Amino acid sequence: MLLLTCPCCGLSVEETELAPGGEAHLKRVGPDGSDTSFEQYLFKRENRKGVHFERWRHAYGCGKWFLAARDTATLEVFGTYPAQTTEPPAEIRMKIEKGSRG
Amino acid sequence: MRRFSAFAIAREAFRNHEGWGRTWAKRPPGKRYDVVIVGAGGHGLATAYYLGKNYGITNVAILEKGWLGGGNTGRNTTIIRSNYLQDPSAALYEKARSLYETLSQDLNYNVMFSPRGVIMLAQTHHEVRGYKRTVHANALQGVTTEWIGPQRVKELCPIMNIDGPRYPVLGGLWQARGGTARHDAVAWGYARACTDMGMDIIQKCEVTGVRTEGGRVAGVDTTQGAIDCDKLGIVVAGHSSVLAEKAGFRLPLESVALQALVSEPIKPCMDVVVMANTVHGYMSQSDKGEMVVGGGTDGFVNYTQRGSFHHIEETLRALVETFPMISRLRMLRQWGGIVDVTGDRSPILSKTPVKGVFVNCGWGTGGFKAIPGSGFAMAELMAKGYSPLTAEFGMERFREGRFIDESVAAGVAH
Repeated sequence: MLLLTCPCCGLSVEETELAPGGEAHLKRVGPDGSDTSFEQYLFKRENRKGVHFERWRHAYGCGKWFLAARDTATLEVFGTYPAQTTEPPAEIRMKIEKGSRG
Repeated sequence: MRRFSAFAIAREAFRNHEGWGRTWAKRPPGKRYDVVIVGAGGHGLATAYYLGKNYGITNVAILEKGWLGGGNTGRNTTIIRSNYLQDPSAALYEKARSLYETLSQDLNYNVMFSPRGVIMLAQTHHEVRGYKRTVHANALQGVTTEWIGPQRVKELCPIMNIDGPRYPVLGGLWQARGGTARHDAVAWGYARACTDMGMDIIQKCEVTGVRTEGGRVAGVDTTQGAIDCDKLGIVVAGHSSVLAEKAGFRLPLESVALQALVSEPIKPCMDVVVMANTVHGYMSQSDKGEMVVGGGTDGFVNYTQRGSFHHIEETLRALVETFPMISRLRMLRQWGGIVDVTGDRSPILSKTPVKGVFVNCGWGTGGFKAIPGSGFAMAELMAKGYSPLTAEFGMERFREGRFIDESVAAGVAH
């Protein structure tokens, strides 16, 4: 069972308490964006085999969205962080680098 | 190839079955092929088979990083049906179902196609309306399906409790010519026919790179060396995004785990396939007597072929309510496969931004039923550059907003 720590309420919770929300850090294009960039935003997921940044919601808890870094090939979780970020924080990046070196 | 026949069985019976030979040949990879297919699962092998059979293209290699038929082809619940809502889907899946009818004869290999009938249970009023709509759509598409009431469901499947407290059975969508087939035999039969046409099936050969020249495919790099080709077919299900990245483009896919399980073998008790989409479970009985159970997918990207346990629990909880007699059944095996899911729950059979590269992916949770039709259509697309069966299934449909929306029609399970 996947365990994630909700950065909003601080609880370590099981997957059944969470709702998955897909890839994180998607950039939504503005009104003058091209069809291709809008397609990218809507459908073309990275679907990475390896480190994946993704959205989760603590649905049966505090109800808040948060983000997680997880390896889709090993199921290793590198950590969770608040949703109010446009890119993974330095601390998470360090953990990932350390993990992939090990 | 030594053909299977009553005479051959009699002959081998007199010499300790020593004359059968290998089902498919083991050869080292060549330097160049007209067509390279990546992925020796059902869809990849069927594509190669129809390239040879329908278009005479036999200078073909099928590369497989693991073992033949070891991915989703050997991990599904073997259900075959074609009762889809949208016209392009019905055409493709019905082509597949009709090819399954004579596949054993075509391949001279028993794929054990068993058209025992498939019931999709309606357990909410919403489902009743949805399935009646599908029956009408199917009538227009020339796909034989029927709306049946709860009593007929009970007659077809006496072990079912149709008066469940939470979700009573209100009727069902019945396709009498749907059923099951032996999934390994489908892969093995196609492999045997491909090898007989002189194609090379190369196992334990992972593609590590796709080489292009001026926007056109030139070949692939593999763990067994470089191989040149004119055309490349990517038919790798869960790993389609990984391979597309190597070729330099992205696909509108997400790869998630789908699980299935089988029980200990019991006496024959159920001779139809039952799918219950509201409670999220489906079940049939294999020829060995095992109850074959499938459930739902996880909601997150996963490449490990392991799913989350709570999905199995949910599926079995629902099935025990619908089939009370299975409550004490012991489960023998459980496994997962990585399925590639598109936004509209319909597959992608398409040309790509790289000339000469074709993809056949996005079958999501329901690829097995489509294998012959998928291969038939994909071979036409690769040989002629166009197929009426794949015309609507291009990857550009997402940009253009021409979805083939089966997610609404099918609810969840495929």
